[in-house]
Amino acid sequence: MIIRPRLILAIVSLSALAACSAPPGTWGWYVVDPSNPSGWTNVKFLLRGFSSTIQISVLAAVASIIIGLLVALPAFAQSRWLRLPNRIYVEFIRAIPLLPMLFWVFYGLPVVLRSMGISLNIDPFWGAVITLALSDSAFTAEIFRSGIQAVPRGQAEAAQTIGLSRAQAMRYVILPQAVRRILPPLANQFIYIVKMSAFASVIGMEELTRRANELVVTEYRPLEIYTLLILEYLVLVLIISAGVRWLERKMGANESR
Amino acid sequence: MTNTEHSKHAITMDAVSKWYDDFQVLRDISLTVDHGEKLVICGPSGSGKSTIVRLLAGLETHQKGTIRVYDQPVDAQGRGDIGMVFQQFNLFPHLSVLDNLTLGPMRALGMPKPEARDRAMAYLERVRIPEQADKRPGQLSGGQQQRVAIARSLCMEPKLMLFDEPTSALDPEMIAEVLEVMEDLARDGMTMICVTHEMGFARRVADRVAFMDNGEIVEIEPPEIAFTAPKSARFAQFLDKILKH
Repeated sequence: MIIRPRLILAIVSLSALAACSAPPGTWGWYVVDPSNPSGWTNVKFLLRGFSSTIQISVLAAVASIIIGLLVALPAFAQSRWLRLPNRIYVEFIRAIPLLPMLFWVFYGLPVVLRSMGISLNIDPFWGAVITLALSDSAFTAEIFRSGIQAVPRGQAEAAQTIGLSRAQAMRYVILPQAVRRILPPLANQFIYIVKMSAFASVIGMEELTRRANELVVTEYRPLEIYTLLILEYLVLVLIISAGVRWLERKMGANESR
Repeated sequence: MTNTEHSKHAITMDAVSKWYDDFQVLRDISLTVDHGEKLVICGPSGSGKSTIVRLLAGLETHQKGTIRVYDQPVDAQGRGDIGMVFQQFNLFPHLSVLDNLTLGPMRALGMPKPEARDRAMAYLERVRIPEQADKRPGQLSGGQQQRVAIARSLCMEPKLMLFDEPTSALDPEMIAEVLEVMEDLARDGMTMICVTHEMGFARRVADRVAFMDNGEIVEIEPPEIAFTAPKSARFAQFLDKILKH
């Protein structure tokens, strides 16, 4: 990428100028101004989306890590036939764009389940959780696989010579070391999930993005409202980043390798 | 333990050959090691000496011939019955020294934690570093790490100890402390196979010295013969090189 400092400077100063000198009516920050009553109502309406976005993201991330680990482990089986499902799952799930998968899970999966005699309605909340977890799990599985492969071979060999089974070696020796290595990429995936949860708005989930959309329809102030929406995601992601850095420091201090 | 008493030899290798793809690393190796015997294997790099101990440890498989350890195939051995010490120590960096030692007894033998701790501390005393029990391997010197690795193997109370160049990754001033622990172990009657170029150690401890070259055991004899009157020119040359430096 070519960085053009002069161009960036021009754009930034022009927009700053526009913000200062714009005639009244061009900017309508009043819609999200907490100091006036209707603005405050709007802000509260938008902020209430946090709870759904956070719940969906956390549940999807936890499920994705569990599925990812379960998918990654067979990759280390000795038998080719045990390794095959891992490859198929990763290649297949990774190839599906998030939005079509969301539609399929929300509109299609209940039909599939009904045909199997299971009568289960998937609401927007669980539709979003399932989709995000599945879609992300293919990546989590690959992260786990590379993390496990990065642990030196001698570790598994030493575990074998002190009598541990392959499963025990994985559980007590390899995985604990792999998890420390993959913490940063796993955190990246969590941030990705938080951002992708915005897609849940299209199946009617009342999260951050949906609420912003609804407010735009009534207030006709897309610029101000979407700006606030972006800030909401920014705050969320910055909090996660800080949390991960804290966790890494804590684990790194224990290791001192 | 019953196996130990009934079998004639601790180890019997009969016409063992091994290939990595087209490359033959071991050629018809036949070798017996008695109970309590200390065998030192030396030879140039790529001669197959590490491969022999790795086969005995069950870390590699061979294509031809038979290997018996106490009359059983390697993969039928009890958990941790064959101890192995690696050139790179291979301690578990995420666990404390004590946890490195208790992991095998607790998980492979199902030993309760207090008992495993007592055993671990006893072996740490034996390798003379009980005060490091709560440290991480990364906080120890190379020599200390290797002694911990030896203690970790001993915690499984193996019938046989294998050493794959245990001092090759150490700074010179740390070699002695590791060799002392190994000599101590030898005096207690442990059956040992050591791949090493420490000829002083071989002279003091070994019952026999085997010289390998090109995947074969060229000669094998007691150290007093090996170091004074090697039969083959290749061994003489090799000794000349490593003893000079």
